[in-house]
Amino acid sequence: MQRGMDQAEPLEIAHAHVAFADGLALDCGVALRRLVVAFRTYGRLNAERSNAILICHALTGDQYVAEPHPVTGKPGWWDMVVGPGRPIDTDRFFVICANVLGGCMGTTGPRSPRDDTDAPNPPRWGTEFPPVTIRDMVRAQKRLIDHLGIARLFAVIGGSMGGMQVLEWAATYPDSVFAAVPIATAADHSAQNIAFNEVGRQAIFADPDWLGGSYWAHGRTPARGLAVARMIAHITYLSEQALTRKFGRRLRGATAAGLFDDTFEVESYLRHQGSSFVRRFDAASYLAITRATDYFDLAADHGGDLAAAFRGSRTRFCLISFSSDWLYPTAESRTIARALNRAAANVSFVEIETDKGHDAFLLDEPDFHRTLAGFLAGCAEHAGLPA
Amino acid sequence: MNVALPADPVRYVAKNMRLDLRLIAEMIAPGARVLDIGCGDGALSGHLFRTRGCDARGIEIDMAEVTRAVAHGLPVMQGDADADLAQYPDAAFDYVVLSRTLQAVERPREVLRQMLRIGERAIVSFPNFGHWQVRWQLLWAGRMPMTSVWNRPWHETPNIHPCTIRDFFALCAEEGYRVEKWLAVDDAGQRAPWRRFVGLANLFGEQALFQLRKAAS
Repeated sequence: MQRGMDQAEPLEIAHAHVAFADGLALDCGVALRRLVVAFRTYGRLNAERSNAILICHALTGDQYVAEPHPVTGKPGWWDMVVGPGRPIDTDRFFVICANVLGGCMGTTGPRSPRDDTDAPNPPRWGTEFPPVTIRDMVRAQKRLIDHLGIARLFAVIGGSMGGMQVLEWAATYPDSVFAAVPIATAADHSAQNIAFNEVGRQAIFADPDWLGGSYWAHGRTPARGLAVARMIAHITYLSEQALTRKFGRRLRGATAAGLFDDTFEVESYLRHQGSSFVRRFDAASYLAITRATDYFDLAADHGGDLAAAFRGSRTRFCLISFSSDWLYPTAESRTIARALNRAAANVSFVEIETDKGHDAFLLDEPDFHRTLAGFLAGCAEHAGLPA
Repeated sequence: MNVALPADPVRYVAKNMRLDLRLIAEMIAPGARVLDIGCGDGALSGHLFRTRGCDARGIEIDMAEVTRAVAHGLPVMQGDADADLAQYPDAAFDYVVLSRTLQAVERPREVLRQMLRIGERAIVSFPNFGHWQVRWQLLWAGRMPMTSVWNRPWHETPNIHPCTIRDFFALCAEEGYRVEKWLAVDDAGQRAPWRRFVGLANLFGEQALFQLRKAAS
C-alpha cells in the first residue's frame, strides 16, 4: 500500500548512499566494520574535478540541502543559498552534502544495525553506538570525496556544527581544501554550549518512553523529551530581539486564563518546533551528535595551540559571524581568525550585522549571501576555475 | 582573461584609486606578499593581485568596509592595527602597508615596530601636519586647522596622533629604521621639485610616503 509522506515511518526512508565495506576506525578506538554515507549532490562535476564544494550540515540538519525534504516535504534547509544563481551557484559548482556520521538520515549511526556481531539479524546500535567525534565525521566525508574521485575540494562550507567540520577538514586534510568557510562556529564548545546540550540530553533521559535507551525495541519514541531538547536548543538559536520582534508578548486567543495551554505565541511556536522535529529526528542520534560537538576542541587536538592546527596551510579561509549570535558569538570567530593569523594563513573575517541570532546563517541575510558569493568568486579567480 | 564576479562587480583600476595607493602600488615588487593595514574596501589588495600577482591581504577596522571588500572577493579581515598585528609571525610578509592610518592608531610607535617585525619592509603614508596651511591657521586664527586633508573638527577627528614629515624622520632615526624611499606630494599628486629638501617638503607636502626597513644590525 502506498503511504503518503505524513504517514511514512520517517526514519525508514531509503536514502542515496555509498557503503564502504572496510569500515572506519574511530577516535574512540572502536573500528566500525561497515560504513554507510548517505549524500546528495547538486550541479555537475567538471572534467578537471576542480569545482566541488562540500557543505557540512549542522546538528539537526541533513543532506537535503537544496531540494524538498523526503520526510517533511519542506524546501531544502539551505535553499536560499544553494541553487542555480544562488550564492553557492549550482550552475558553476558541484555541491555535495553528506549526512554526518551518527546521524539518522541514512549514514551509519545509532539506528544502523550493529556490525560487531555475526547474528543474522543484528539489533540496532542504539545507545551502544560508539562515541563519534567531529573528526570521525570528517573522515567519513573524506571517504565519500575519495570515492567520488575528487582530490581537492574547491571549498568546504558549513555553519554551526558544520563550521566545526570545516575547521576540522582544513586542519586534517589541508591539501584537499582550497577554500574554507566556517560560519557562526567555534573551535571548541564553551561551558555554556555544553550546559545547554546537557539540558537537552536530560530532557530525553527523563522521558518515560526513553526506556533506558531501548525505546526502539519496544516501538516507542521519547518524543516529548526530544521535543523539549529541541525547544531549549531553538531558544539558543534565536536572539531576544528576534523573539520580541516575532512574538512579543502576544497571546494566541482572546483570553489568557489557561495555566497549561500554550497561551503565548512564543510558546505555541516552540511547541511546533519541538513536535515537528521529532518526526524527522532520532533521540539517540541527537545524543551522539551533541556529544561530538561538546568534545570538539581543535586546539587541544594540536597541543593546546589552535594556530598549530593550521600551520603551513595554503587554504583560503573566510570566517563569518553574526552580531546577535550568542551561542557562537563573534568572539569565537575572532579567536579562530587570530589563530589563523598566527599561522600566517589567508583569512577573511566578517561579522554580519543582524538581530536574528545564530539562526541567521539559515535565513535571508543579503549581506551574508553577498559576502559568501564574493568570497567564492574571488577564490575561483585564484584557483583558476573557468567562469 | 576576464572572470565573472557576482552581482555588482567592481573592477579596481588604478585611475579610480586614491593617489597614495597608486604611489604605494608602484613601490611593491610583483609577486610579493603584502599586508595592507587599514585597507578600507581593499582597493590596493585587489589592484596588487590583478596587476602584479601579489598575495595581498587586508585588515580593516570598519565592518561595513570589510563586508564590501570580501563581497568583492578580496581577502580582508576585520581587525585593529593596535591589537591584531601582534598575532602574525615574524617575517610573514614582504611589505606591510599602512596608508593614512598611522595618525589614527593608539600607539603608532608600536604599530611601526610590529610592521617591521612581521614584514621585511614597511610602507607608510600619512597626511603631513607640517603643511603651511596647517601652520598658518594655527598661527593666525589660533584654532585647530581645518584643511582639505585635516577636515574633521578636533572633537570628532579619529586622527589622534598627527605628525609632520620631520617628526617622522626623527622617529625613524630613534627606532633605527632605514628610510629606503620617501616622497612628499600635494593633494593633486604632483611630486614637486622640492621633494629632495626635507624642510620644503615639510612645508609644501600635503601627504608623505615612506618605505622603511630595519637597519642591518
